[in-house]
Order: sequence, then C-alpha cells, then structure tokens
Amino acid sequence: MSPSMIALSVIFGIVMVGSIIGFYAGSRYKMDLEQWTVGGRGFGLMLVWLLMAGEVYTTFAFLGASGWAYSRGGPTLYIIAYLTLAYVVSFYILPNIWEVGQKYGMQTQSDFFFKRYGSLFLSSFVALVGVIFIIPYLQLQITGLGIIVNVASFEGISRNMAMIVGVAFVAGFVFVSGIRAVAWVSVLKDFLMLFAAVFLGISVPYIYFGGIGPMFSALAQINPGHLVMPGGTTNMGHTWYVTTVLMTSLGFYMWPHLFGATFTAKSSNTLRRNAVIMPLYTISIPLIFIIGYSSILVVPGLENGDMSLLTVVRKTFSSWFLGVVGGAGAITAMVPAAMLTLTTATLFAKNFYRPVFSPGMSDNQVASMAKGLVLLISAITLYFAIFSSSTLVSLLLLGYSGITQFFPGIVLGLYWRRVTLAGVFTGMIVGVAAVAFLMLNKMDPFMGINAGFFALCLNLAITVLVSLAVPAHSNPFEEDAAV
Amino acid sequence: MKKPSPWSLLVGSIPFIGTCFTVPLWDRVEPMVLGMPFNLFWLTSWVLLTPLCMWVAYYIEVPGNPESSASRQGDGT
Repeated sequence: MSPSMIALSVIFGIVMVGSIIGFYAGSRYKMDLEQWTVGGRGFGLMLVWLLMAGEVYTTFAFLGASGWAYSRGGPTLYIIAYLTLAYVVSFYILPNIWEVGQKYGMQTQSDFFFKRYGSLFLSSFVALVGVIFIIPYLQLQITGLGIIVNVASFEGISRNMAMIVGVAFVAGFVFVSGIRAVAWVSVLKDFLMLFAAVFLGISVPYIYFGGIGPMFSALAQINPGHLVMPGGTTNMGHTWYVTTVLMTSLGFYMWPHLFGATFTAKSSNTLRRNAVIMPLYTISIPLIFIIGYSSILVVPGLENGDMSLLTVVRKTFSSWFLGVVGGAGAITAMVPAAMLTLTTATLFAKNFYRPVFSPGMSDNQVASMAKGLVLLISAITLYFAIFSSSTLVSLLLLGYSGITQFFPGIVLGLYWRRVTLAGVFTGMIVGVAAVAFLMLNKMDPFMGINAGFFALCLNLAITVLVSLAVPAHSNPFEEDAAV
Repeated sequence: MKKPSPWSLLVGSIPFIGTCFTVPLWDRVEPMVLGMPFNLFWLTSWVLLTPLCMWVAYYIEVPGNPESSASRQGDGT
C-alpha cells in the first residue's frame, strides 16, 4: 500500500469508530426536541466537562494555534490566556444562566433574551446574528478537515473534495444522534488529541534539536523577535493582546452552542466545579505551540501556516502515524462541527423561523425542520469554505467579534435591574454594525485595539446610556423570585 | 438568583491580572525557564495556578459540604 493509502485508511478507521460511538450513544434515547438539544438536562460533571471540552478544543486549537505560532509567533500567546480566563468568567455567569434556564425551560440563547426582555424582535435578531457569526466558526472546522485529508493523502485528494466528504460525515452524524452523541465521541477525540499534543510537543523538538530548550535557543538566535509580540506581525502588540484576550474571554460563553451546553447540566454547582477544572485542559496548548515553533526550523517557508503541524508530522514519522494524527484532527473538527450545526439549525428553526414566519408550529415540527436545516447549513458552510481563504485564527476572531456583542445583554440582564429592552437592542445593533464595518473594511486591529473589543465597548456604553434614558421596566427574573 | 460575592470576584480577578493586564512585564524571551521563553513559561504557569484560584472562589461561593449546597439549590432561587 502506498503511504497515502495507509494514512487515509487509518484516518477513515478513526472517523468510523467515532461515528459508531456517536450513533450508539444517540440511539438509546427517544429523540424529542428537549432530548435532541439539551440531552434531557441530566448531564453530571463528567458529561458536561466532556461536552464542553469537546466543543471548545476544536481543530482551531490543533491546527490553527500551531499555524499561528508558525506564521505569527508571539501574538499567538493570547490563546493560552483566553482559554484560561474564559472559564473564570464562566464561573460567575453560567450558574445563574442555568438557574433561570431551568426555571423557564430555556433551550437556546434566544430563549434567554425573550424571557428577560420580552421581545420577539430582539430574540429573533439574536438568533439571526448567532447563526451568521457561527458560520465562520463552522467554516473553520471544515477548512481544517480539508487540510488534514489533503496533507495525509500527500496532496492526492484535493482540499475541496476532502471538505465535501467531511461535511457529509458531519451532517450524517448530527442527523442520527443529537447532543448526547457529541459528548461521548468527545471522549475519543480528547484522548487522541491530548496524546498527539503531548507526544508531538515533546518528540519533534527532541528528534531535531535534542530537546525543547535547544529548539527555543536555536529559534531565539535566528529570530528572537518572533517569540515575543508583535512577532511576525506589525500591528499585534500589547494593546492588541490585552483587548483580544478580554474580548475573547468575555465572549467565549456567548457562543450559542456553548451557551446552550449550559442547559445540559444537572445543577448550577456542576457548572461551578466545571469552571474550576476546565483550565487544566488548556495545558495541551503550549505543547501545540512548541510543535508550531519547531516547524519554523524544520519545514520553513510554508505558504499556509495552518499546514505546518501535519507537514512536520509527515516529514518526521511513518505514514500510519500521520494517519493517527490526521484522524485525531479529523474527529477534532467533526465533533464541534456537529455541535455547531445542531445549534445553528435549532436556533434558526425555533427562534427565528417559528416566531417570524409560522407561530403555529409544534415542537415536533420545529425538530424536523431543524434536521432539514442541518443539510442546508452544511451546504452554505461548504460554499464559504471552498471560496474563501482566511487562516483558521482569523476566522475564529471574526466569529468572536460578532457573538461577543451578546455579552452586555446577557450579563446586565442577569445582574442589573435597570437594563432595558431599548438599551440592549440599540447597543447590540451598534455593536454588530461596528464589527461588520471594521471587518469588511479590513480595519482590524483598529488603532491597535481589537476591532471586536472596540465594538463591545461602544455596545456596552450605548446599552447603559439608553437604558438610563428610557423608563425602567420590570425584570421578570427578579419578580418571579420574590413570589 | 444570587450575585457572586465581592470576595470571590476579587479572587477571580487574580488570573486576569496575571495573564492579561501585566503583559508588558513578562513578554520577554529571557530568562528561559524549563527550556521555554519566559512569556510562554509564565502563561503556562497560570494555566496551573488559575484552577487553584477558582477552587478558592468555589469555597467562597459554596461553603460547606456538597450535600448542604445541593439542598440549598433545591430551595430554588
């Protein structure tokens, strides 16, 4: 068998094992809307941890982080900081989101906005913005899948063809199984990814340089500026770092799929304990950086940094091992992609289509519409993945800039009695418009500041000012608690 | 619904100071520690220190043993 056949067979085998786990996990439960989207609200610490780790550690962390370490260096460090601080933020907001979610039977982020502010316009707007900005994140996963199969086949299978196959797998996977499957396949994915990160992070520098220390010494001699900010960029200095870390760590749980995963927990303390242990998972990220940094010296001159991790594996190890790493990467893209597609479909059907176009739909009709939408969303994502060429990290930051605009509405909604519908709605519209304007005109970073953070500050200021300017209205969360 | 206590918020702000606002102080290559540039070593240490901070915050928010906190939840908000 040729090396590419061996690598591809191993990848296919790993993906099949993942799919079988997924189908089995899903098939034991009767799938109504509640079970399909929030797993019947019965997940304990273990399953919530797996589900959240499964959604967070995507192909972005695997290929994107090493890719940016390769091409940009120092600024990539923001990833370690935000993947630690996001859980700190979650400790203070998720338990209360869970409490109100439990009380009002919320399944999605839009449900939260509807219950708190009582406006279908606002909650449909939130659903639409969520769907729009989740597409780049989904595109990131599909692009990652394409890179994996492309490199593993020694460029024998084109990236577009690889992405089509990947999308078909993801859609099939979601169709049959729902959220419980995602949590269980995460076990396989997390194990493979941790193994790959630890093994490669230690062995690659050891094989070529005799250890991590000598590798960094060699790199520091050739290009010391690459290891600190702004690294390989001109505009990603310390101001960019601080604003990007703040924007991404505050925005992290604003992702509709992560916000939705909150509702799968059994109790609010499950979420608190989860927040305490989640940062430990981030320990794999420095190892992935080390792989990216080593690749600068081992496989210099790659046009696309996102290919560096796999290219260095292909150069160093035999093809079956390339298959193992590729398989880990493929599952790392598929699990979150499945979750994202599921959330996007449910959001669109339940919180945008039903209230706006067809208020009479039953929950079962919503569920079957969501399943149909899975196919449509997969097709749209595939279209964008084929016709655009952003790096994985840029796609992630674009998505973050958009969804972070939900932060004022959610956090003030929980903790500030005086916040009003008018305030939140105008703030969010201005925030999203600012993001769209700055991103479309390629003005990120804006005066050294992360564009999404700039928009978030505008959004927050307007939310507060308009809220204070209009008459107060009642806060359903507090009134019901008093009864 | 219960707001987070000021003490637990204070503990939670420690990782923000360590990994975010102080970046000009530690974004350096030298001295290398455990073979890593100083900035990478610094952030990696905070990955391990942050759960400790949050563990303290947890005991501020949820005092006592797990049973009592579970029953407190049962009372509703």
